[in-house]
Amino acid sequence: MVERSDNFGSAGLAPADTSDAVARADAWFAREILPLEASLMQFLQHNWRHKAEIADLRQEVYTRLYESALLRIPEKPKQFLFATARNLLIDRARQARVIPIDAASDLDQLDPASDTPGPDQIVIARDELRRLQAALEKLSPRCREAVVLARIQGLSRREIAQRMGVTEGTAAQYLADGICALVEHLQRGGKAKP
Amino acid sequence: MTVSEQEDVVVDALTREAAIWIERRDFGTWTEEDRTQFDAWLAQSPSHRVAFIRLETGWKRSELLSALQTFKPSRVTPSPRKRWWAIGGAAAAAAITVAAVGLSGAFDLKKPEFQTYATTIGGRETLALADGSEIELNTDTVLRVSNAAHGRKAWLDKGEAYFKIKHNAAHPFVVIAGAHRITDLGTKFTVRDEGTGIKVALMEGRARLDSTGKTGPRSVTLTPGDVALATPTSLSVNKKPAEQLKKDVGWERGVLTFDHWALADAARELNRYNTRKLVIADAAAGRLTIGGTFATNDVDAIANVAHEIFGLHVEHQGSNIVISR
Repeated sequence: MVERSDNFGSAGLAPADTSDAVARADAWFAREILPLEASLMQFLQHNWRHKAEIADLRQEVYTRLYESALLRIPEKPKQFLFATARNLLIDRARQARVIPIDAASDLDQLDPASDTPGPDQIVIARDELRRLQAALEKLSPRCREAVVLARIQGLSRREIAQRMGVTEGTAAQYLADGICALVEHLQRGGKAKP
Repeated sequence: MTVSEQEDVVVDALTREAAIWIERRDFGTWTEEDRTQFDAWLAQSPSHRVAFIRLETGWKRSELLSALQTFKPSRVTPSPRKRWWAIGGAAAAAAITVAAVGLSGAFDLKKPEFQTYATTIGGRETLALADGSEIELNTDTVLRVSNAAHGRKAWLDKGEAYFKIKHNAAHPFVVIAGAHRITDLGTKFTVRDEGTGIKVALMEGRARLDSTGKTGPRSVTLTPGDVALATPTSLSVNKKPAEQLKKDVGWERGVLTFDHWALADAARELNRYNTRKLVIADAAAGRLTIGGTFATNDVDAIANVAHEIFGLHVEHQGSNIVISR
């Protein structure tokens, strides 16, 4: 939880406050920014033609946001996110010496009012479960098997390796890939738990 | 950059690194040294931290997948399973530990032979008995099970358990909780230690509850939907709709459903499952009613509701979350 309108951010952050600032930034990032990922990805895909670079761009946007949040929690997360994304695209385009695409049009359509979370943030577990299942379906068969054994059956890495007839190292790879892909698909699905 | 097999998923290098850390933490052997290395990696750059938080948040959501678990002849895990570290690595979250301690009768023949099973706060485990019966242990629970050939006897020393008992007319299953004794007549029921007494909820079949109170022994036969509360001074039975009883054992799937609960009651219930406690510092705030389904390990969800929906003040004090107006 983060208090948004308190005296945090006033000049002269004492060293004692550092871990506090990190905790605030962590929570803010997970709560305010991650649920917006589907829109961010849409924005990036719409405005950047090199699809292979999108994941790195997203990562860079997040890092910039997070660094700002360490100093002060931004008041309007959504606008701040898209402004940051736009600036990054402009920076990148300059470096690449290509003409920046007009990213402003999307930005203008953002509704400031939608920053306020509504009661729909109380997610009923059933809907969440449906989203999880949908994400699971999209995994490759081996990764899905590993994740199912881990998450649904609660098996350890060794047990998963035995069950799948692979080495522990391979099982670890399936799991790591599965974790990445599952989160990727979940984030695309939009709505996250508050 | 790693392109994994899945159609259409491009994973950036940092996300991939974060995934390897999470995999090692959750499924590998996780030593102090791993922990130190991981903390160092996290501290190296905000970009590492961000990649980790993103993945951790999403991966944590998938814990709910355990709800899809169908009842299988379950194994008893004698080894502790690692659980979540809080972001930032400050505190280890609840570990599920099922310790199977066989007391050897050779040392003391007068002692009953039994095995002790325990879960820590936030833990949950299933015991599969030889006769096909299953017992689910909820958070912070201690249960002893008789080893005798036709023992069919268990002692609930603490916490809550859900018994799904295979009926055997010749050897009824008996659960003993303090001065109370539940005799199964082919049934599913939960027993919860409430401190001052016990609560027994019967889902299916029939069971008899014998209770020794201050005024002497009392007995009642329970039928489906019955919720009995036995204390030293009273024994009461209420009927609850089947639907409600099903929600009450949502913990079996890692969820709690609150239907018009007072915030204070919901917090108390959730606190049973978590070492990070919710503290409602204001009686009026505690009376606000909330609803919804929450993961048993997600204290922040309730705090979020309190903050976002009710506009309450939420403050972290040590490992506790204090909610006030």
